Amino acid sequence: MSQMDLPPYATPGQRIWHYTFLVICGLIFFFLIAPILVIIPLSFNAEDFFTFTPKMLALDPEGYSLKHYRDFFTNPSWQQALWNSVKIAPAATVIAVTLGTLAAIGLSQDHVPFRRAIMAILISPMIVPLIISAAGMYFFYSRIGLQGTYLGVVLAHAALGIPFVIITVTATLVGFDRSLTRAAASLGANPVTTFFKVQMPLILPGVISGGLFAFITSFDEVVVVLFVGSANQQTLPWQMFTGLREQISPTILAVATILVVISIALLTTVELLRRRSERLRGLSPG
Amino acid sequence: MSDATSTGPMLAADGTPLKRSLNRALRAQKLRALMLIAPLLVFILVTFIAPITDMLFRSVENQIVSDTLPRTTRALEGWDHNSGELPSEDVFAALTYDLVAAAERKDHTRLGTRLNYETTGMSSIFRKTGRRIDDFGETYMDQFAEATPDLAAPETWVTVMADPGWRADYAAWEAARAAARETGRDFDRPPPLFRLKNGVADILPEAADVYAEFARIAQVENGDNPAEEEPWAPVYLALYRDLMHVGPGAIERLDDASRATLAPAHDAVAGFQSERLADLYLDADKGWGEPAIWSTIQAFSSNYTPGYFLASVDLRQTADGVAMQDEDRRIYIMLFERTLFMSLAIMGACILLGYPIAFLLANLPLRTSNVLLILVLLPFWTSLLVRTSSWKVLLQQQGVINDVLVWIGLVDNANRLVMINNQFGTIVAMTHILLPFMILPLYSVMKTIPPTYVRAAKSLGASNWTAFWRVYFPQSVPGIGAGCILVFILAIGYYITPELVGGTTGTFISNRIAYHISSSLNWGLAAALGSILLAVVLLLYWIYDRIVGIDNVSLG
Repeated sequence: MSQMDLPPYATPGQRIWHYTFLVICGLIFFFLIAPILVIIPLSFNAEDFFTFTPKMLALDPEGYSLKHYRDFFTNPSWQQALWNSVKIAPAATVIAVTLGTLAAIGLSQDHVPFRRAIMAILISPMIVPLIISAAGMYFFYSRIGLQGTYLGVVLAHAALGIPFVIITVTATLVGFDRSLTRAAASLGANPVTTFFKVQMPLILPGVISGGLFAFITSFDEVVVVLFVGSANQQTLPWQMFTGLREQISPTILAVATILVVISIALLTTVELLRRRSERLRGLSPG
Repeated sequence: MSDATSTGPMLAADGTPLKRSLNRALRAQKLRALMLIAPLLVFILVTFIAPITDMLFRSVENQIVSDTLPRTTRALEGWDHNSGELPSEDVFAALTYDLVAAAERKDHTRLGTRLNYETTGMSSIFRKTGRRIDDFGETYMDQFAEATPDLAAPETWVTVMADPGWRADYAAWEAARAAARETGRDFDRPPPLFRLKNGVADILPEAADVYAEFARIAQVENGDNPAEEEPWAPVYLALYRDLMHVGPGAIERLDDASRATLAPAHDAVAGFQSERLADLYLDADKGWGEPAIWSTIQAFSSNYTPGYFLASVDLRQTADGVAMQDEDRRIYIMLFERTLFMSLAIMGACILLGYPIAFLLANLPLRTSNVLLILVLLPFWTSLLVRTSSWKVLLQQQGVINDVLVWIGLVDNANRLVMINNQFGTIVAMTHILLPFMILPLYSVMKTIPPTYVRAAKSLGASNWTAFWRVYFPQSVPGIGAGCILVFILAIGYYITPELVGGTTGTFISNRIAYHISSSLNWGLAAALGSILLAVVLLLYWIYDRIVGIDNVSLG
C-alpha cells in the first residue's frame, strides 16, 4: 500500500485530480526521455534531413539506412576525433582515480588538519563554471607551454574529474569498518598489503563508479578542450560541437545514438555497483 | 598498587610518558593523512587553482602601456589633463623614442589594440603613426650630415656611445665566429649585448638612451652589428635636443675622439632649422591633437588597472575618474541581467516540472520508483551534446515539433514557429538538461518526509490541499532550496547550450567571455567578466554549503 494509491472512498473530484496528476507526470517523463529517444530513429534516416520523412513514417525500409553510421566509421575527421577521445579520457581517468582514491583515504582518517579547506579546494573544479576553468587554464597553460598539447588536455580533464572520484570514494569509505584494517594489521600485514588485500576490494565499487564519472566527464567535456586543446586534440564532443555550430551534418545523430548507447551501459554499471556496495554495507536487502 | 606507579605520570609500554606517546601517535596519524592527500592537493593547485588565480591577476594587469611606452608614461606624469592643452615637446620627443623602438619590435599595433578597448580610434592612430615614425627627426639627420659629415657614419656613433670594453668583446666574438665558420663548426654563441660608455648618459641623456635602444634592437631583433647600421632618424632628434641643452663645458668632459665629432656639431646646432614635433604628429594623424588620446595613455599608464572591471559593468575609466560607457557600447549590464533572468526562468521551470516528478517518485513503492528513476538518470548520464543536438533537431523550423504541429493543424505550414536561436530555445533546452539536478535533491529530501504527518493532518480534518500545503510542502522546502541553488549555479555559467541554440538573444555572459578569449582577444576583459561570474558562483555555493553541506552532494 503506497501513498499514491487511491483510497476506495475517494470522491470523484479526488479521482479526477489523481489521474490528472498522473498524466502531468507522464508528460514530464515524456519531456525528459523523448528528446533523447527521438534521435535514435532519426539517425537511420536515408535522407540528409533532421526530421521524419514520409517514407520513414510509412515504415518503408527504403526510408532507413546506415549511411550516417558508415560516414562516422569511414570519415577520417570523425575517426581522428574518436581516437583522440579514446586516448584522452582513459589517461585523465587514471590520474584522477589514482590521486583521488589516495586523497579520499587520507581525508577519511580521524584527524586531518584543515579538512574543510582541503575538501573545498579539491571539490572546486566541480563548482567553478566550466567557461571560467577553461579561460583560466587557457591563459595559464599558454604561459607554461601546455596549451594545445595532449598533456595539457589530459591534466585539465583529470582536474575536472577529481571531485567525482573524491565524492564517491569518500561516500564509500563512510561505511567502511575500520576494525578490518586493524585486524589485518594485528595479523601481521603491512599497510600496503592491508590496502590492497582488505581495503581496496571493499571500496572498489566506489572507486569504479568514481572512475566512470571521471571518464564520462572527460569523454563528454567540450568547453575546456575547446580552449586548452588545439586542432590536434579535437575530440568527439568538439567535433560534434563544431558540427552543430557550422555545417550541421546528420552524422552527428549517428554519433549521438552511439553515445546514448554508451551512457545506458555506463548507467547500468553504476547502478549495479551502487546496489552491490549497498548490499555489502548491509544498507539494503538487495 | 605500589606507591611508585601511582604518583608518577602514566607510562606507555616502552617507558615514555603516555601523554607524549599518544601525542606522537596522533602526529604520525595526521602526517600520514596529509601525505596521502598531498599529491592530489599539489596536482589541483597546479592544474586548477593556479590557472584561476592567474585569471584573477590578468583581470587587473596592465603592464603593456608602461612596458611599451616607458619614457612617455614618465614624461606624461607632469601633464595636467584638465588644462585642455596638448603635452609639451618633451612628451612628444619621449613618445617618438618609444614608438620608434616599439615599431621596430612591432609592438605598437598591440598597444594600439589594447588602448582601442578604452578609446575608439587609438588602434588606427598608432598604426598610422608607426608607419611614419622612422622619418621623425629626419630634418636634423640631414642638417647634422651637412654640418658634421662624420655623424652620418655608423662607426662614429659607436665611437661616441659604446663602451670600449664592449667593442673589444664584440671584436673577439666576431673573430671567434669567423674562425668557426672557416673550420665549419657550429657557432651559436650570442654576441655580447651593447653597453654604453661610462658618463656619456650624463652628458647626452636622450641620445645615449635612444642609441642604446637602437643598438640592442639592431643586435637582438635583426642580428646586426650596430657599427654597420645607420641609426634611426629619432636618434639625431635626441642628439639635437641634448646638444641644445648642454653647455660647451659638458662637451669638454668627453673623450678626445667624441669631442672631435661633437664639438663642431654643438657649435652648429644653434643655427639648425628646428621643427615642432607636435606638427609632425598632427600631420601623421589628427587624433594626436585631442587631449582625450593623451589622457587615455595617462590613465592607463599604471601597471594595474580597474579598467577591465569597470568595462564589465559598462563603466569606463577616464582621466577625471569613472564615467558611464557610451550609450551604444553598454552591453554587459544587459548581459548580466539577461543571464540572471534566464537562469531564474530555467530554475522556475525546473521547480514546476521537477516537483511533481520527485513527489511521485518519493511516494511510489520502491520497486516502481526505482524503475521510473532510471527515466531521470538516463538524461543525467547522456552526453550534454547529445541532448543539445536533439533539441536543435526538434526545435528547428523544419524540425519534428513544427512538423507535428503542422500535421495536427495547429500551425500553418507557411508560418512555422521560430523556437530556436532565441531565448525560448535556450530556456527549453537548458530546463531539460538541468531538470535531473532539481529532481534528485528534491527526491532525496522527500523520501525522508514521514507519510504519517500527512495522514495525521487528514485525520484531523484537513482537506487534501491543506494537508499538502500546510504539512507536506514546508517539509520539502530544503529540497527545493538545494535543487534551486544547484540548478542556478549550473545555469549561470552555461556555455555550450546557449552557444548552440541561443542565437543572438539567448546567449549568456559566458558566451561573451568565450568571444573575448577567442575572437576579440581582449583577454583582460574576459578575465574580469570571468572573475565577476566566479564571485557570484562562489557566493551561491557558500549559501548552498550553509544549507545543504558540501558532503551531501549526491551523484544520483
